Amino acid sequence: MRGLVIARLVIREAARRRLLLALLILTLIVVTLTGWGFSRIPTITQRGAPLPDVQIKVIASQFLILTMFMFSFVLAMAAVFVAAPQISGDVESGTALAILSRPIGRAEYVTGKWAGLAALVAIYAGGAAAIELGVVNAVIGYVPPEPLAFIAFVIAEGLVIMTLALLLSTRLSGMVGGVIALVLFGIAWIGGIVGGIGAAFDNAGITHVGTATKLILPTDGLWRGAVYALEPQSFIAAGSQAGPASAANPFYASSAAPLSFELYVAGWVALVFGLAVLSFRAREP
Amino acid sequence: MSDAAPAIRTEELAKRYGKITALAGLTMSIPAGDVFGFLGPNGAGKTTAVKLLLGLAKPTSGEGWVLGAPLSDRAAHRRARADVGYLPELFRYQPWLSAREVLRVHCELIGLDRARWDAEIKDALGIVGLAERADDRVGGYSKGMQQRLGLGVALLGRPALVLLDEPTSALDPVGRHDVREVIRALKARGTTVFLNSHLLTEVEQVCDRVAIVDKGRVIQVGTLDELLRADAVRVRATGIANGGYDGLRSFGELQHEGEWLVIRGIAQDRVPDLVRAIVERGGRVYAVEPRHESLEDRFLSLLEKPRP
Ligand SMILES: Nc1ncnc2c1ncn2[C@@H]1O[C@H](COP(=O)(O)OP(=O)(O)O)[C@@H](O)[C@H]1O
Ligand SMILES: [Mg+2]
Repeated sequence: MRGLVIARLVIREAARRRLLLALLILTLIVVTLTGWGFSRIPTITQRGAPLPDVQIKVIASQFLILTMFMFSFVLAMAAVFVAAPQISGDVESGTALAILSRPIGRAEYVTGKWAGLAALVAIYAGGAAAIELGVVNAVIGYVPPEPLAFIAFVIAEGLVIMTLALLLSTRLSGMVGGVIALVLFGIAWIGGIVGGIGAAFDNAGITHVGTATKLILPTDGLWRGAVYALEPQSFIAAGSQAGPASAANPFYASSAAPLSFELYVAGWVALVFGLAVLSFRAREP
Repeated sequence: MSDAAPAIRTEELAKRYGKITALAGLTMSIPAGDVFGFLGPNGAGKTTAVKLLLGLAKPTSGEGWVLGAPLSDRAAHRRARADVGYLPELFRYQPWLSAREVLRVHCELIGLDRARWDAEIKDALGIVGLAERADDRVGGYSKGMQQRLGLGVALLGRPALVLLDEPTSALDPVGRHDVREVIRALKARGTTVFLNSHLLTEVEQVCDRVAIVDKGRVIQVGTLDELLRADAVRVRATGIANGGYDGLRSFGELQHEGEWLVIRGIAQDRVPDLVRAIVERGGRVYAVEPRHESLEDRFLSLLEKPRP
């Protein structure tokens, strides 16, 4: 399988260009800062008395969601920056000529690129999230309800935006593809909030807009799945009492992502990946 | 020329980019073991032809066979490419790898037996003169060194067919000489070489056969002897009667250069007949000079000639 050569090249480039090192250092800085922040939560007092344990957990879970939102955002940005020039860069520089003249098909080439990028996304998302969760646990003994599901959702979010950027990379230069991918990512995020507002005001039209953006680019839907995995039961109960209005809050999810959505995302990634193969097949390097 | 199956064959292979015809109906056959020169000015369609042969671009029409595999059969063509080396005109290799690592990547892409990698890489590095810099990052290489690396990549695994697109564009005279030596060594080894070039000297010195291309068309194909056999003769003569020139056209293509009359494409053994014919038409002959055309003259005269 010659795609494997390509996948290893993707990872090797990330390592050689010190991308992995930069991400590791940044992650350690963020983890250190937030770790310090978490360690301060028990020192908060209310009318001179320390907070009850339950309340500390709620604050910790909120702070963790916020931190992880930043992580997922950095992950999406990094995935776009690395994926968007992945194929177009090879074509523009001429590197692709030497490689594609070898006994390797376009599909294998795109598959290799995707696999290498997917490994990078998984390594970074899995690694960074695991370190952060471990530090939070060590500092104040808080573990979110479903850490593994959370990591899986964040990785899936990274894979979705990476696959989109790779598709764009078969046709557009890295800069253009990257900007488009990020704008779509932002639209999906806002779409999630808009859909929440629609639900809050019982407005079917607005709700549909939210649902549509969620389906066109499922990053925000996945983010909600990730948030849900971080929320303690008590918090969800409180949220559902606040009614549908809380659905507009991008740091809150009232329900788990249904299995159908997860399957939809798998299908979405497969479809976009297939389009990338077809698109690159028709391109002449 | 050998009588083995052709290494490359094309039939009316054509490529259009919108209104631009990059290649217009290329039909040719290159016997295995030949060094074939594809010669033409910039924009003639040389790179396009090579890209079509390598499956990097899709023909608009026509068909081609590389080592027997048709371009239209993607799987067969892909397999055949394991035995094809290519130095692109736009040569660029991963700048964050060393030359040795680039060559390893290509060994793996060809599917070369792992046990042979080190020997093959050492060989290739030695041939192109990069052995001492093999472990430096390609990003720090000069253009010429990168082109040498590209040549090394093309030679890797002793392919049956090597396509070189302007292989000396970034090289100094020593480098050009080295490339000629490499091509001669390839020929000695029985490798078929397809050499794209706009440099006549390059082609002249190493190629068995040459196709002259311009504006997407092959103007002439043949051995260098065949292309050069069309010799010319210069005659200084006065007093040829009006209309007398018409009778001389049967000897070849006439051209006036001051007092001199140039007759192109005349066979050497017809020169005495030509002189007699001039005299019969009232001409007084002062000098007759055979002129062997260089490939360059031939090339220019072919390009100038209006085509149907
Ligand atoms: N990808 C392309 N898109 C549009 N036109 C092209 C493309 N590639 C080549 N051409 C055109 O085709 C013609 C032949 O180009 P090329 O094969 O590169 O010539 P050569 O290699 O002989 O210099 C040129 O007119 C060139 O502009
Ligand atoms: Mg060219």
